[in-house]
Amino acid sequence: MKFDDRLFQHTYANGLTLVADHMPWLHSAAFSIAIPAGCKLDPADRFGLCNLSCELAFRETESLSSRELVETLDLLGCDYYSSTSVMCTYFGGSLPAIHLAQALAVYADVVRNPKLSPAWLEEARLSCLQEVESLEDDLPSRVMSRLRMMEYGDPWGRVTEGTTESLQQITLDEIRKFVFDQYAPQGTIIAVAGQFDFESLRDLIGSLFGDWKNPATTAGGPTSLATAELEPHMEFPSKQTHIGLAWPGEPYDSDDWFRSRCAVGVLSDGMSSRLFREVRERRGLCYSVMASCHAIPGRGSCFGYCGTTTDAAQQALDVMIAEITRLKEGITPQELARLKVQVRSGLIMQQESCRSRVGTMISDWLLLGRLRPVDEPGRRIAALTVEQINSYVSDHPAGPFNLVTLGETPLGLTGAIPTTQA
Amino acid sequence: MQYRQHKLDNGLTILAECNDLAHFLSLGFFVRTGARDETPDTGGVSHFLEHMVFKGTATKSSDEVNLLLDDMGSSSNARTSEESTIYHASILPEFQAPMVGLLADLMRPALRDEDFETEKKVIIEEIMMYDDQPPWGGYERLMQDYFGPHHLGQSVLGSVETVTGLTAEAMRNYHASRYSPDNMAVVVSGKTDFESLIRDTEQLCGSWPSQSAGRDTRPAIPHPGLTTMVREEAHLQYLMHLAPGPSVDAEDRYAARLLCMILGDTSGSRVFWEMLDTGLAESAGIGGYEYHGTGLIMSYFCSLPDKANQNTAILHRILESAVEGVTERELEIARQKVVSQILLSSERTGSRMFSVGGQWLNGHTFRTPAGIADLYRQVTLEQVNDVARRWPLSTGRTLSSGPQGDLAWPG
Repeated sequence: MKFDDRLFQHTYANGLTLVADHMPWLHSAAFSIAIPAGCKLDPADRFGLCNLSCELAFRETESLSSRELVETLDLLGCDYYSSTSVMCTYFGGSLPAIHLAQALAVYADVVRNPKLSPAWLEEARLSCLQEVESLEDDLPSRVMSRLRMMEYGDPWGRVTEGTTESLQQITLDEIRKFVFDQYAPQGTIIAVAGQFDFESLRDLIGSLFGDWKNPATTAGGPTSLATAELEPHMEFPSKQTHIGLAWPGEPYDSDDWFRSRCAVGVLSDGMSSRLFREVRERRGLCYSVMASCHAIPGRGSCFGYCGTTTDAAQQALDVMIAEITRLKEGITPQELARLKVQVRSGLIMQQESCRSRVGTMISDWLLLGRLRPVDEPGRRIAALTVEQINSYVSDHPAGPFNLVTLGETPLGLTGAIPTTQA
Repeated sequence: MQYRQHKLDNGLTILAECNDLAHFLSLGFFVRTGARDETPDTGGVSHFLEHMVFKGTATKSSDEVNLLLDDMGSSSNARTSEESTIYHASILPEFQAPMVGLLADLMRPALRDEDFETEKKVIIEEIMMYDDQPPWGGYERLMQDYFGPHHLGQSVLGSVETVTGLTAEAMRNYHASRYSPDNMAVVVSGKTDFESLIRDTEQLCGSWPSQSAGRDTRPAIPHPGLTTMVREEAHLQYLMHLAPGPSVDAEDRYAARLLCMILGDTSGSRVFWEMLDTGLAESAGIGGYEYHGTGLIMSYFCSLPDKANQNTAILHRILESAVEGVTERELEIARQKVVSQILLSSERTGSRMFSVGGQWLNGHTFRTPAGIADLYRQVTLEQVNDVARRWPLSTGRTLSSGPQGDLAWPG
C-alpha cells in the first residue's frame, strides 16, 4: 500500500491551515474544522460557555435558517457533527465526495457568520443542560471525568459540558463575545481526507475562508484554577463498582511515546493482553477492563478502567495494579511480535476510513505541530526491540497512581502502591 | 467486486464478496440462532455459548485461542442477538487460511465444566454492567412485556437467575441442535481467495452432521400497556415505545424504514425538529427492528424528568399524525440520507461482510449496495403513506424508566 505523497498542507495568509490526506480509492470524504476555542478558555464561573456557543452557532447563520442549514446538509448526504473539547471547537462531517465543496461552503457560513440569535438561546441552553444530566447517568464517564481532573488538574481535566449552575449564568452577550474573540482563522485547522483534487480543494478553501479575518485580538488563554480536592470515591447504589486508574505516561511528541504505547498495548491490546487475561479470563472478575494512553500538550498519562460487582471489586483492582506494576519486569518477544502485527493490521484497516484519518491528522497537528506520515507509527513500532521497551519500563515503573471509584463501597490501593492521594 | 457462493453437501453455505482492490478481508461464521431459539429455562444460553466458544476446543486452551487470534493481528469479536450469533475477524490476506481454520475449530468448542463456571461470572458481570446503564434493563423488560410468551421476548443476555441456573450439559445440547451446518454460513468480504476458502471449509467442516435446525416463526401478538420502572437516582427520564412493524420478509420494509427516517431520524426528522432542535429532549428517535415473522417499530426519548410529559405528548402526536401522510420533500431528503449512508458504509470491508451475511440470515437473495440503494429510490410517496396507515405506530407497549413514576402513554 502506498503511503507517500498522500499528505498535503497549506497555510493561508490569515493564519488558517489546511491539512489533507488524499485517499483516491474512496468515493467519500470527511472534514473537520478545528477552531482553537476549547473549554480551557471558559471563565471559571462560566463552565460550558464554549459548548453552549458551539450549540448556538450551529443553529442558524446570517443567510441560512436552522431548517435550511439542516436540510441542505441532509440533502448532501452529510453525516454532520459539532462538538467541543478542552482545546478546540469542531464542526465537521463525512459525505459522498462529490458533495464536499457544497458542504464546505455551508460550514464556512456556520463558522464565519453564525447568527447567535436570542430566538434560539434557551433551546440551545436546554440542550446543553440535558447533556450535563446525561453524563450523570453514565457511570463510567463520571469516574473517568473525575479521574482526568485529578490527573491533569484545571483546565486540562475539564469536562466541556460545564455544570447546570454555570450554564444557567451564561448570557447571549458572553456567547457573542466568545465567538467573536475565539472563532478566528489564526490557529484554526481544516482537515480533509478522502477523494479530492488538492489544488482545487486548496483554492476552494481559499475562496471560502481566505478573507476571513477576526478584528478582535484573540485574547484568552487557559484560565487555570487550583484543582479542588476531589474525593476519590463516589458512593452510589450501582450494581457494579466502576474503577478508574491513572498513572504517568509520555507526551505525544516524546521519543518515548511509542515505547510507552507498546507497554500499555501489552496490558490491553487484544484478547491475550495481560489485563484481559488476568482480570477477566482467568478470574472472571469483570466484563470490561482496559487501559489506554492519552496526551495533552507537553504531557501524557495512562488510564485504566474496570467495571466489576462490589464483592469482586477490591480483587479486580488488586489484580489490575499487580499487572500494571509488573510491567517493569519487562515484556516478552512474543508480546512485542503480536503488537507489531496488530499495529500493521490496524494501520491498513484505518485506510478505509476518511473520518478516522481526519481525527488523526488533527491530533497530530495539535500535539506534534506537524502531520505525521501515515505509516510512521507502524515504522516506529516495527523498529522497536524488546530491550528498548524493557529498558523503558524498568526506568519508568508505573506510578504514582490516581484512583477514582464509584459504587457502594470505597476501594483502597493496598500494599506499597505509590499514590498521589493522601 | 465479485459475489461468489457455494454450498457444502452438509448444507453449510459459503458466501464471499471478493474485492481484489481491498488490502484485507473480513471473515465470519454466521449462525442462525439466538435468544428466540431458547427455552425460558435456558435464557441467555446463546450469548453464554458465544463466550464459551472462545474458551477453547478439544485441542486448544482458552489462552491458546486468544494468542492465535492476536498472533494474526486480528480485529475479532462476536455478537449475539435475538436471531443470530456471529463470530468475525478482520485480517490481512496472508491469514485467511489460518483464520478459517481457527474459527472452524471454535465452532466445535470443548465447553469444559471449569471454563463454564469461570465464564458464568463474566456473563453475570456483563448483565450487571448493562443494569448500570440507562435505561437500566428497560429494553429487555419492554421486549419481555410486549411479546409475553412469544420467544422474541427472551432477553439476549438472560437474567442472573437463568444464567446461574444454566448447566454445561444444557449448553452442549443447545449447541448440538443449533450449530448445525445447514444453519450456518461462512461469509467473507474483501481480498479473498475464494477457491482456497471452499477447499479449506470443505476439509474443516464437511464432516459436520446436519441436524435440520428450524425456528418457530409464528407472528407475535403484541401485549399493549405501560410498564413503569422507578429509579430515583436517575438524572434523566427514559421512555421507549414498541409498535408492530414489517418483518424481514415484508415487501413494505423499505418504505417503512423511510417512514421511520422521516418521522424519527436523528437529523432533519419530525422528531428532530420538535424534540431535539427545541432542546426538549437529550436524545430521541424512531427506528425499525425486523425479525422472521414479526417486526417492531421502536420510538424513544430521554429528557429531563420535568420535560418528560411534554415529550411524551409530542412523540405520541408525531406517531399518530403519520397516518395523515408525509410530503414528497420529506421523502426526498430521507432517500438522499439512506443512499448516502449506503455509499459510505459500502467502503468498509467489515460492513460489507455484515451486509452479505445479514442478507443470508434473513433468507434474502443477495443484492449489491447499488441494488439496495435503487430499492430505496423506487419507493413512492404512496407506498410510504400506505405503511403509515397499515402500521398504527402509537399502539403497542410503552416503558418508562427514571425518577418519574407517573408518566402515562396517551390513548
